[in-house]
Amino acid sequence: MYKDIEHLVRLAAVMLIVLAAFVILRTAIVPKSFGQYGHFRGAAIAEIAAKPIVHAGHHACETCHTDIVDKKRTGKHVVVACEACHGALANHADDPSIQPAKLDTAVLCARCHEANSAKPKWFPQVATADHSGGLACDTCHQPHTPKIEAEKTAAAGGKP
Amino acid sequence: MDTTRRRLIMLLPAAAVAWKYVLAGTPEEAPNYEMTEHWWAMLIDVTKCIGCGSCVRACAQENDVPEGYFRTWIERYHVSDWKIERPDVESPDGGKEGFPANEVGDGKYFFIPKMCNHCADSPCTQVCPVGATFVTPDGVVLVDKTYCVGCRYCIQACPYGCRFLNPKTNTADKCTLCYHRITKGLTTACCEVCPTGARQLADLKNPKDPIHEFLKTHTVQVLKPQMATGAKVFYNGMDGSVR
Repeated sequence: MYKDIEHLVRLAAVMLIVLAAFVILRTAIVPKSFGQYGHFRGAAIAEIAAKPIVHAGHHACETCHTDIVDKKRTGKHVVVACEACHGALANHADDPSIQPAKLDTAVLCARCHEANSAKPKWFPQVATADHSGGLACDTCHQPHTPKIEAEKTAAAGGKP
Repeated sequence: MDTTRRRLIMLLPAAAVAWKYVLAGTPEEAPNYEMTEHWWAMLIDVTKCIGCGSCVRACAQENDVPEGYFRTWIERYHVSDWKIERPDVESPDGGKEGFPANEVGDGKYFFIPKMCNHCADSPCTQVCPVGATFVTPDGVVLVDKTYCVGCRYCIQACPYGCRFLNPKTNTADKCTLCYHRITKGLTTACCEVCPTGARQLADLKNPKDPIHEFLKTHTVQVLKPQMATGAKVFYNGMDGSVR
């Protein structure tokens, strides 16, 4: 009855070898953390979370620049975070010797305050060409406390 | 006899300290962020968006987004008086440098900031053939770029057009909800720089988060609710014409 069993044994042996190779390869190739939280590599979460921070956040700025915090508190720009105008400055927060770039009020102020029909009506807007006649915004307005100062208006020729 | 007792008493504090360590087991590493304690979302108040593009610029800087690609962008809608179902939408350079003054026609104009909706039942993660994109236990949709094969299925599957193929890595790329920031107690780069507070990061699992009060007192909606993606970017004051 078992006369021709040899070829079955051979077949079984081959299948066993293939199965073993598959198991060994699979454990070697699939990352350890795959399946930790679901059908993905769990370690990827920590890798993405480890990316360096570029914007320091206004709390970091406020620990040193307390004078600016006090100044901003008196004006409407108190709600605007430092890096909204000054740009990403985590490198400056880590190493204060790195100085941030000088800002151009003509570009920065207009970005928010240039009149546009799509802007909400409550938001203060001006058509810069008519409003200042080419004068730089910070001739009259101090960006940290933008409400106009009387003496500055007089110095700029009386135009509000 | 005396010396042995003294020695034994002297050994007691050391033994107590050692026993404390045995009871405590191995100390855990940095247990300050627990994924299961958060469920992240975003609130976008359309009535506050001025289309300045600060969010787009900050996102590009924070996340090294290649030129011409966007993880977040702003659209300017024009819904004319008679063509309500076909609004005109424009987004020059993703609104990165703000919007130029436009010819004012009839109807209404408004800005809509867009980004990944971090869907709870996200279509993009469901189609990924290799498990390279996933929803984290704290509700953020991420891409494992070492696992992504760049097949672009997810880019097609996203109903919001939030994904792109990064030309540097040739892998799918998208908003991470600044996962590297929110896990360290900071807000996202776009929320950080938004000058009017139109964008607010929200943790739905935190009972003290101001979003709960906002959701109680306002009528919010998500983009394409009919697709049942479980979108978690909530829009306040959004017009029904927004697609």
